[in-house]
Amino acid sequence: MSEERVGVYVCHCGTNIAKTVDVQDVATWAAGQPHVTVARDYKFMCSSLGQEMVEQDIQEQGLTRVVVAACSPHMHEKTFQGACERAGLNRFMFEMANIRELNSWTTKDRESATQKAKSMVRGAVERVVHHRPLDMLPVPINPNTLIVGGGIAGITAALDIANAGYHVYLVEREPSIGGHMAQVDKTFPTLDCAACILTPRMVDVGQHPNITLLSYSELEQVDGHVGNFTVRVRKKARFVNEALCTGCGDCIEKCPGKTLDEVFEVGLGYRKAVYKPFPQAVPKYPVIDTESCIFFQRGKCKACELVCPTHAIDFTQKDEYLQLQVGNIILATGYDLFDARTIPQYGYGRLANVFTSMEFERMVNAAGPTDGQIVLRDGVTPPKSVGIIHCVGSRDKHYHEYCSRVCCMYSLKFAHLIHERLPDTEVYNFYIDIRASGKRYEEFYHRVLEEGTHFIRGRVAEVTDAARMPGEEGKLIIQAEDTLIGKQRRIPVDMVILSTGVQSRHDSHEVAQLFGMGCDFNGYFIERHPKLDPVLTMSDGVFIAGACQGPMAIPETVAQAGSAASQVISLISQGTLMMEPIRARINPDKCSGCRICNNLCPYHAITFHADRKVSEVITAMCQGCGACVSACPSSAITGAHFTAQQVMSQIEGILWDVRETIPLMAR
Amino acid sequence: MTSEPYTPVIVGFLCNWCSYRAADLAGTARLTYAPTMRPIRVMCTARVEPQFVIKALREGADGVLIAGCHPGECHYVEGNIKALRRYTLLKQMLRQFGIEEERVQIVWAAASESKVLADAVDQMTLTLQALGPLRWRQTVLNGHGAEQAVRESADVRRAALAAQEVEGER
Repeated sequence: MSEERVGVYVCHCGTNIAKTVDVQDVATWAAGQPHVTVARDYKFMCSSLGQEMVEQDIQEQGLTRVVVAACSPHMHEKTFQGACERAGLNRFMFEMANIRELNSWTTKDRESATQKAKSMVRGAVERVVHHRPLDMLPVPINPNTLIVGGGIAGITAALDIANAGYHVYLVEREPSIGGHMAQVDKTFPTLDCAACILTPRMVDVGQHPNITLLSYSELEQVDGHVGNFTVRVRKKARFVNEALCTGCGDCIEKCPGKTLDEVFEVGLGYRKAVYKPFPQAVPKYPVIDTESCIFFQRGKCKACELVCPTHAIDFTQKDEYLQLQVGNIILATGYDLFDARTIPQYGYGRLANVFTSMEFERMVNAAGPTDGQIVLRDGVTPPKSVGIIHCVGSRDKHYHEYCSRVCCMYSLKFAHLIHERLPDTEVYNFYIDIRASGKRYEEFYHRVLEEGTHFIRGRVAEVTDAARMPGEEGKLIIQAEDTLIGKQRRIPVDMVILSTGVQSRHDSHEVAQLFGMGCDFNGYFIERHPKLDPVLTMSDGVFIAGACQGPMAIPETVAQAGSAASQVISLISQGTLMMEPIRARINPDKCSGCRICNNLCPYHAITFHADRKVSEVITAMCQGCGACVSACPSSAITGAHFTAQQVMSQIEGILWDVRETIPLMAR
Repeated sequence: MTSEPYTPVIVGFLCNWCSYRAADLAGTARLTYAPTMRPIRVMCTARVEPQFVIKALREGADGVLIAGCHPGECHYVEGNIKALRRYTLLKQMLRQFGIEEERVQIVWAAASESKVLADAVDQMTLTLQALGPLRWRQTVLNGHGAEQAVRESADVRRAALAAQEVEGER
């Protein structure tokens, strides 16, 4: 009946499919379907033996089309397209029926799952016989790379790529790179000074000839596709001319405008209106904050302008817009800290001596607002007892269900630092489980145990200043169930530290939208595959690194950043990338020149030839959405690999069983 | 009317970037939902021609579910808005055909919203169970278009016979 010879391969996927779908039945049945020359079932089609089976059948049985019924095409379409190609068949003469994610994993009913699998296979067979061979489109890769976010992830990736000899634009929203790591005092479990290991890298970034550092800048718009993105960046006005500024800091010294530093010092310290977030900031140029600048608020002052030896202060500076051409983009946008005010019973913001972990981090930092002294909110009294509450906002159905992965370890670090600085102070850690699974983490936990920290296993119910018993007056009382002895306990302490968890950036959804990719339930960017492709995203040429993908500590972040960098370098060194030729094409003989499609195209990829009165698709710009294809009243536009004939045939195929049960006569 | 439970058939047009991935995720997360939706992947909901929907209903589907990215989150900028416009017009036509508008639905399911997609299929299955089978030839062709009905049913019969030959029974 048909000259096409289709091979159908039904995968067991171990038991993932075979448990719910009768794969042998599907294969036997498929062998009797129109166009089908051979149908087999196999334990793991994606294995090399499975692929070789396809290749062998193509060559020995003369198959002209292949259907594999297995997992999602997003998982293994390329695998089997490769097999087809190796056997001399065009990669587009292949179709995948997703009977795992879309079928066997979503039902327990074997009968209906088998029926659904059959209809999906039949749909794929009917579709594949109308497939046409297509050639991949080569796309040149622009060797420049954009990295968004200048934390340790962005810094690492930028240096890796720059050292490989390619140019990097590093965009950072804050006045300096460094990210959260720059705020931290010591890093667990080695107790390295964070600044000591981070700032040399920051300096490297600032001085690297292959890195253009765009600090105090934000991404406005992203167009294009892998190999050729056009990015618009807004460089916020610093009011300091970077070409003239030497970073001497005279302006900062003389500035009379003082304000609470809510960002870097998390409200514990002050900064001037013209400021650098911290002394080792990169770049070294300060910025003027118009909110607290006396000149911007009241119209006179200009003290900074007077003292600047190089006349670098420029009150007339405006935001600048830059247009960058890049081939790849790495998102390293990091994380936000959980807002401790969200849990009112822990008293943050209400009880003076309840601190967040970041406040403590700044306090214990020698360069911080208290010069490294651990003191109560009054600024002078050292605490005699400290309670550290783990899992604030994490592992809690009401806030974030996930584990933030860093809090246990930094809480242990806090306990250690308190013992080191205030040897007579008692430290209580309230925990659910101690999660110390990294390299040398468990050993650190034991070290803290031996130092005499008290560990109380149980979630804290509340922190209160209402004394009920003698000895509680003037203290903060932590009420918790000690689940190891099965009793409620009230521990009076002078200071409480809330180990707040990690959450996705407040604007992660907007950023994801900018790049046409997705965020998960928690607002973290979705990786292409959670295990095998953790730094790739669904958008080609867009990579993710660090805590924007999920909570992680510095070592993993650095590893991911290196991985993302190597992905980018590998793409650049290939020079060109082969893109799927799923594009629209207009048949000039059929086109009536109505121009309906012209305005529908979101990429302005359709031009109108006024002389011939026909429209034409510019293939390089077309992204293959198919909006024009379905709108064309003359059916003059073909959407390659998604033609009307292919989709219509698939519809007929997937409805093969219900088509027969339709009453044949209307009456 | 028989009282045995009727299992509707839904054709689902899933956009490659959001809803197909939501469906993938529903599987990965082992969300259980009605096995009534037969999926067809399209690059964008904007590719779903009204003819595809009509074709699916004519070929025996009881309902059609179009699933795409949320407005404003389309991979192709605004393809889903175009799909929504077509869908709105299509519904008017369905009414004239005598087809209940609940039979064609559009849902926005982002790549992470596996539950939204699974729930949409479950909900639509319940709705269609309440409506009963579509029976295109009775609903749409009854009273007029009879000649066409005969011609078409002849086509269908031929197709059915061909299929029977292949299958040997049924």
